[in-house]
Amino acid sequence: MSELNNFIDLAAAEAPSPVIPHLAEIIVGLVAFSLLFYVLKLKVVPKFEKAYEERTNAIEGGLARAEKAHLEAQQALAQYTGQLAKAREEAQTLREDARVQGASIIEDLRAKAQEEAVRITATAHASIEAERQQAITSLRAEVGALAVELASKIVGESLDDAARQSRVVERFLDDLEKSK
Amino acid sequence: MRNSLRSSTDEGFVPPDAGDFILPPIFGDSILTTKPVILVFFSVFLVSTLFIASSRKASIIPSKLQFAGETVYGFIRNEIGQDVIGSEFRRFVPFLFTIFTFILTNNLFGIIPFIQFPTMSRIGFPVAITLFVYFTYHFVAIRKHGLLKYLKDMCFMPGIPKFMYLIQAPLEFATYFLIRPLTLAMRLFGNMFAGHLLLILFTLGGEYLLHNDNFILQLFSVFSFAFSIVFTFFEFFVQCLQAYIFTLLSALYIAGALADEH
Repeated sequence: MSELNNFIDLAAAEAPSPVIPHLAEIIVGLVAFSLLFYVLKLKVVPKFEKAYEERTNAIEGGLARAEKAHLEAQQALAQYTGQLAKAREEAQTLREDARVQGASIIEDLRAKAQEEAVRITATAHASIEAERQQAITSLRAEVGALAVELASKIVGESLDDAARQSRVVERFLDDLEKSK
Repeated sequence: MRNSLRSSTDEGFVPPDAGDFILPPIFGDSILTTKPVILVFFSVFLVSTLFIASSRKASIIPSKLQFAGETVYGFIRNEIGQDVIGSEFRRFVPFLFTIFTFILTNNLFGIIPFIQFPTMSRIGFPVAITLFVYFTYHFVAIRKHGLLKYLKDMCFMPGIPKFMYLIQAPLEFATYFLIRPLTLAMRLFGNMFAGHLLLILFTLGGEYLLHNDNFILQLFSVFSFAFSIVFTFFEFFVQCLQAYIFTLLSALYIAGALADEH
């Protein structure tokens, strides 16, 4: 009590220099500051830091997600564009192939038809020739016999000898052909 | 404390002086119950309560209270801590945050109605905070560089002529060990002391003029009161500024202690 009163009396009397600190006040300041420091350090700062971190994560996470989605979309677009181009190319190739193939098929068919026609014509010719030969042969034989018979009847001379007979006929026919 | 008003009316105007900053105990007779001491503890309670309430349910999307608290915290953390100290700022944030909120609250007491006493105008409190800063930056530097290298780097700045060390070394040493703590404490104390003195002067002056028998002098009291109001706004600015400067300088000193060369 007395010390404090002295202090106050002194102050009232001659106002001591205000830059001389009072020890009690320094101690009070130290204690109060420490108290506040520990309360803020233990109770307030960690909470704020946690919120900060969460917010940073949320923002960075969101950004990263957006970035990823954007990248994926771009990839998909590139992929689709590529696929589309490829499909177009393929269609083009197919059309070209089909055209070439069609042309070659037509060419083949035409060639085959030509060949067939040639073959058929040839066969026809051959058969006609064969028939003609056959007809000629048979005609020759028959005509010979008929003529001999006719001649023998007319001449009355038996021309039984086959060899002679045929020689005569041949000669006759040859003459016929020559006269033609 | 003298009752300035009574002395004024009895024996002419007595301007306020340093004696007006010595307040008696509010109750009891201990130094621990004087107004400044009670205010200091009240500020601890106030700041703690406010920031605990503001950070208790801290989440990604802040409430209004959290936003307010975070604005102050973020300002100290990013604008002072991160920008000044750099990569190692995180462990100093609680310290800087305490300095700023503690000083700001106690300064603002100077203009809050009914409280109206800036506790930092009692030099013991700035000295106490300065002691923390003083020991922190020396401790940080000694732990990082070792005592000898710290003293060598401090006193013998590279790149100046050898004979200049005769002047430079003592100057640097004095800067680190005497001038910095002295100016840090005196700046805060001086600003708060002078500001409060001015406020008392204009208020008491106005009151003295108002109680005067002369009508013209009574009229002039209006100017005196008006000036005290203007100065209250000015004081608000100074109080915030001083809290900021004290915190900023503390961060600068810590940053200097952490730096490889200064």
